[in-house]
Amino acid sequence: MSNLMSGAKMLLECLAKEGVDCFFGYPGGVTLPLYDAIYDHPIRHILVRHEENACFAAEGYARATGKVGVCCATSGPGATNLVTGLVDAMMDSIPIVAITGQVPTKLIGSDAFQEADTFGITRSCTKHNFMVQKLDELQQIVHEAFYIASSGRPGPVLVDIPKDVFLAQGHYAPVNTIHLPGYKVFTEGHAGQIRRAAQMIWDAERPWVYAGGGIIAAGASEELRQLVEIVDMPAVCTLMGLGALSSDHPNFVSMPGMHGSYAANMGMSNCDVMIALGVRFDDRVTGRIAAFAPNAKVIHVDIDPAEIGKNRAPDLPIVGDVKRVLQKMLRNVEELKPANVEKNAASRRAWWKQVRGWKEEHPLARPTSDTEIKPQHLMAEIDRLSGGQAIVTSDVGQHQMWGAQLIRFNEPRLWINSGGLGAMGFGLPSAIGAQFARPDKLVFTIVGDGGFQMSIPELATVASYGLPIKIIVMNNGYLGMIRQWQELFYNNRLCSAQLDCFPDAEKLAGAYGFKGRTIDKPHELASALEEAVREPGPYLLNVRVSPNENVYPMIPAGCAVNEMVLGPPEPVGAA
Amino acid sequence: MLQVISLLLENKPGALLRVTGLLSARGYNIESLTVARTLDPELSRMTIVVDVDPALRSQVIKQMNKLINVLQAVDLTETPSVCRDMVLVRVRTVQESRTAVLKEAEIFGARVISSAVDGFVLEASGAPEKLEEFIQVMRSYGESDVTRAGTVAMSLETKKLRLQPPVPTRADAKLEQTNGVLNA
Repeated sequence: MSNLMSGAKMLLECLAKEGVDCFFGYPGGVTLPLYDAIYDHPIRHILVRHEENACFAAEGYARATGKVGVCCATSGPGATNLVTGLVDAMMDSIPIVAITGQVPTKLIGSDAFQEADTFGITRSCTKHNFMVQKLDELQQIVHEAFYIASSGRPGPVLVDIPKDVFLAQGHYAPVNTIHLPGYKVFTEGHAGQIRRAAQMIWDAERPWVYAGGGIIAAGASEELRQLVEIVDMPAVCTLMGLGALSSDHPNFVSMPGMHGSYAANMGMSNCDVMIALGVRFDDRVTGRIAAFAPNAKVIHVDIDPAEIGKNRAPDLPIVGDVKRVLQKMLRNVEELKPANVEKNAASRRAWWKQVRGWKEEHPLARPTSDTEIKPQHLMAEIDRLSGGQAIVTSDVGQHQMWGAQLIRFNEPRLWINSGGLGAMGFGLPSAIGAQFARPDKLVFTIVGDGGFQMSIPELATVASYGLPIKIIVMNNGYLGMIRQWQELFYNNRLCSAQLDCFPDAEKLAGAYGFKGRTIDKPHELASALEEAVREPGPYLLNVRVSPNENVYPMIPAGCAVNEMVLGPPEPVGAA
Repeated sequence: MLQVISLLLENKPGALLRVTGLLSARGYNIESLTVARTLDPELSRMTIVVDVDPALRSQVIKQMNKLINVLQAVDLTETPSVCRDMVLVRVRTVQESRTAVLKEAEIFGARVISSAVDGFVLEASGAPEKLEEFIQVMRSYGESDVTRAGTVAMSLETKKLRLQPPVPTRADAKLEQTNGVLNA
């Protein structure tokens, strides 16, 4: 049987075996042999306009599906451009495999044209990385890369492949096993600990579920729903976990943290048992850690042992895949129900009353105005059109926080944003990846006028593939979050916060061959968004919103829940 | 207090850098590091002595254990273990002190590696604190150059090595994807 093929072709065969249907990239000198092999291979290569966006698009694909996203870049500048996306995937635990070209093995270390130490540069921003030294290793390494990226706590893996390895000829024989003796994946969770957790949950008078991105990574939404329903507990989802429990679920409170709701943060602070599922007690959630949830006993379930006790020492740690742990925990909770359900019923009813009271006392603000479009109004309208069903990607900043507060997500994998790293320019390219992954879905990307201008090159990708993405620019003429912090913490000395130039959206979109429009009147908002959604192709809607609106509530960095600022300061004296 | 970490890791390019990178990324300075092949040539044993805030020690060990190339990382600071260091000392000494130097060397169990008219090269091994004394004594006899090998440590307890068994690649995995992560 003749199965002699080039390393480039072999790589594509490995990708096919891993179930890859498309990947995102940008060609260059040393990856030309790969692109020559792609020419007549069924795997689809999506040409983006910047390597960083290839990485973000692969993340969008992965975040929308749970499958491994793949991106590809050439050596040197191509590889270095991937770095931001790799760190982003690392911070948010997103499974991606990045393929980079490298100069031929004989030239490595000679400062060859477009040479960079990709293996060294990406060591600390990947879950693991590889450099393929010879063709014999290629297949094994590629399959190991996919396995590492997608198992355990997911993350980015990079495979650096020199040009001569792409060109070398060898025999393709499928690799069927992976052996990584040092790679420890903890899945099952300690049965005794899980049983103790179930008892602790029933013993609680003020139980509280704090669910994060781990629920989404593990596909444990159904188990989460059952848990909160059996015990009837309030639950919050973090920025990374929105959609893990449907936003329309009666037990869903909202998002906690720096810009979380009053009720979510008060609940976090006042509960007596906190069930932390697939979360990492991020500083943006906890505020000052010493003052966080002072009276709570914490049950912490995470697949990564290094997360246990990293920021908050749990009273009951469980290391395991949150889906499997919850499956077992559900059985224990059911078994214990008859003996325990009445015990704290009265205090739980009082707790719910308190939580509902907090929600009513300080709901998330949705102000509207007759003269200007309030950013919250924009989010509320997008929410109306989405009905909790659309994929919404965002950039980073004020629009991201308002989106997270006010748009409902009734399934996991709908809300896609750069949570841990907070990378501007993420929204549009991740929407591209998400739309390729879910062609059936309505995809909005909500971006600020700052982040949008970091990703403008990708308008060409959107246009050339005819992706029906609805690009909504929340344009306040500022780097809004920078302005908000300069106002609040730097004596209103606004420095480099104003963006006084923004292109004409109609002309800009028109230049790429699709529709665009700018609006600034509240009465235009609903119809303009509806028009964008009706449009079969891409649409760029530039929404000029009130320039000085700030995101509230806000727990300033390093502060505690009781230092929460609920709204803008009252004007001091009229004189 | 210094933390002593013993690691068993794959003998592969870049593995050392992954371990030390965890420390340098957190601003920790390595006091000593030794690494060499084990009986199994595919594995290396590494001993690191590093100044880590006590509250963060277990986090550092956990992060090391997460590295794909690391089979096991163990904190030996507060477990029964032995630590040894080796030192080469070149001491320049005058004719009259030669006998005294040799006598001192004997007390510390040091051996003469090289002898010349202007002095000796001595080799000593032992507990790191003992070698510190040895070096001080030798310096009192004259100008000395010192090369230390770094601490090597061994646990007195056998800690079970937990290794990941081989797994099938994706197309051969008939069941739900590994760990429920790929729940497309």
